Amino acid sequence: MNSTAGIHRARYSIRGNRLVLICLGLLLSIAALSIVGTLVSPHSVGKIAFDQNFIGPTLDGGHWFGTDDLGRDLFVRTLKGTQITFFVAIVATMVSLVIGVSYGALAGYVGGKTDAIMMRAVDALYAMPFVFFVILLMVVFERSLTLMFVAIGAINWLDTARIVRGQTISLKQRAFVDAARLDGVSNIAIIVRHIAPNLLGIVVVYVTLTIPQIVLFESFLSFLGLGVQEPQTSLGALVSEGAARMERAPWMLLFPASFLALILLSLNFLGDGLRDVFDPKSNKT
Amino acid sequence: MLRFALLRILGAIPTLLVVIAVAFMLVHAAPGGPFDSERVLLPEVEQNILRAYHLDEPLPQQFSRYLRGVLRGDFGPSYTHPEYGVSEIIYASYPVSFLLGAWSLAIALVLGVLFGLIAALRRNTVIDRLLSGLAMTGISVPVFVIAPIMVLFFAVRLGWLPASFSGGTGTGRFVLPVVVLALPQLAYFARLFRASMIEVLESDYVRTARAQGLSTLSIIRHHALKPALLPLVSYLGPAIAAVLTGSVVVEQIFGIPGLGQHFVNGALNRDYTLVLGLVIFYGALIITLNLFVDLLYRFLDPRVRVQ
Repeated sequence: MNSTAGIHRARYSIRGNRLVLICLGLLLSIAALSIVGTLVSPHSVGKIAFDQNFIGPTLDGGHWFGTDDLGRDLFVRTLKGTQITFFVAIVATMVSLVIGVSYGALAGYVGGKTDAIMMRAVDALYAMPFVFFVILLMVVFERSLTLMFVAIGAINWLDTARIVRGQTISLKQRAFVDAARLDGVSNIAIIVRHIAPNLLGIVVVYVTLTIPQIVLFESFLSFLGLGVQEPQTSLGALVSEGAARMERAPWMLLFPASFLALILLSLNFLGDGLRDVFDPKSNKT
Repeated sequence: MLRFALLRILGAIPTLLVVIAVAFMLVHAAPGGPFDSERVLLPEVEQNILRAYHLDEPLPQQFSRYLRGVLRGDFGPSYTHPEYGVSEIIYASYPVSFLLGAWSLAIALVLGVLFGLIAALRRNTVIDRLLSGLAMTGISVPVFVIAPIMVLFFAVRLGWLPASFSGGTGTGRFVLPVVVLALPQLAYFARLFRASMIEVLESDYVRTARAQGLSTLSIIRHHALKPALLPLVSYLGPAIAAVLTGSVVVEQIFGIPGLGQHFVNGALNRDYTLVLGLVIFYGALIITLNLFVDLLYRFLDPRVRVQ
C-alpha cells in the first residue's frame, strides 16, 4: 500500500465515522471561539473591578459567564485560559513528537546493538515517576511556559518512540529503501525523505492520543498552582480558583470545568476514532 | 521463574538509584540556595546554616551522605518544618494515603470488572453504548474537575457527605475522596475488561464449550474469567501510578493530611528536601509495586510461565 492509497482509505473511513467528525468540529469551534470571543467581548482580560465581583452569568453588561472574586470577566478569562491550554498542548506535543520520532526512527533504522540499548533505555524510563520529576522541576526552577513545554514534552515521547521504531523496522526492509541505498543516498537522507513520510499516518494517531494527556497534565500542574502562573491563566488554574469559591459563585467552577471536560472528551474520542482508522493493529470490537 | 524474579529485582535497583541521583542533582542544580529570601542574613549566620545542613560540603560528599541516609530510611531535615525530619513527615502521613489509594484501587477493580462484563455480554446494545460512553467520560474528565463538582452536589447542595476530610468523622469523610479517585481507573478497567472479555468469548474454546451446552454463566466462571482478567493485571502498574498521582490532587481538594498534601505544600513553599524525599518515596513505591505486578503476571499467565 503506498501512502496516497492509505490517505484515501483514511479519508473514506473518517467520513464514515461521524463521531470523529463531530469531535473535530467541536474542537475547531472551541478554538475559534477562544480567539473570536476575546475580540467580541466588551471586557479585557486582566481588568480588576472590586465593585463588580461575584456577578452571576448575565446577558446585560457583557459578563456572559459572570465575574470572579476580583471582578474580572470570566468569559474572557475562560477563553484566554483555553488559548493557553491549546497553546501548551500544541507546543509540548511538538516537543514530544520531535524527540519520539527521531529517537524511534534512529533506533529502528540503525538496528542491532544500538537499537537494543536504546529500547532498553526506553523500558527503564517507563518505570520513572515522571509526574513527580516534573513537579520537582517546577519547584526548583522558575515556573515559565518554556520550562513547561520542555518538561511535559520530554516525558510524553516514549509511546511514540516505540511505535515509530516498530514501523521503521518494517519499512526499512522494503524495496524502495534498498533502491535508495543502491543509489547512494545517505542514511540520514533515507530516514528524512523516505522513512519519515511513511510514518505519517501512525504518527498522526499517536499525536492525537498524546495531546489529551498533555492537556490533562498541564491543567493538573496549573490546578496545583505549579503550572501556568498569574497574570496568565489556564483552564486548570481557573478550575482551581472556581473550586475554592464554588459555594459563593458556582459559575466560576462550572464554566472552566465544562470547557476543560469538553476539550478532553473530544480529544479522546478523536484519538480513539483515528486509531481505528489508521492503526491496522487496533481491533475495534 | 525464580531466575526471572531475581533478574527483575536486580534490574529495579539501578532504576531506583537513578531516580535518587537525578532527583538529588535537580534539587542541587537549583539557582540560589534554599535559604535565599528577601531577608538578608549576616554572612556568619548564613555560613552556620549552610554548615548545619551540610550544604558547604562538595556535592559528591553531600550525595553520598544523603544516599547513606536514605538507605537507613532517613531523608534528612525539612527546610520549612525545622522541628521534623522529612522521614517523620512521611511516616506520619502515609497511612491515610495508603488507605485512600488501596480502597480506590479495590473499588475500581471490582466495579470495573462488573461493568466491563455487563457491557461485553450486552455488546452493541443501548446498555453497552451507555457504559462505554460513561467510561470514556470517566477517563477524559480529570479528577480535579469531577471532585469539586461532586462536592458541590453531594456536600454543599444535598449535605449528604462532608465537603472536606477534617469536616467529618468516621467512614463518611472517606466516601467522596475514594469514589473520585477510583472513577478514572474504574473506567479504564471497565473498557479493558470489556475488550478482553469479548476477545475471549469469541475464541474457539469458548465456542466449543458453548457447543457442548454449557450455560453462559458457567462458561464465564470456569473458562473465560481468568484469561480475560490477565490484561487487567498488566494494567495494574500504570493504574497504581495513576492513583498515586491522582491522590496528590484529591488530598489537596479534600484537605486530607496525607503524602500528597505534604508534596504539594512542599512544592509551593519550595521545601526542597521534603519534595526530594517524597519524589524518592513515590518513585520507590511505583518501582516496587510495578515489580510485584510483573512477577504476579508472570506467575498467573501460563503462556509466560512455561518458558
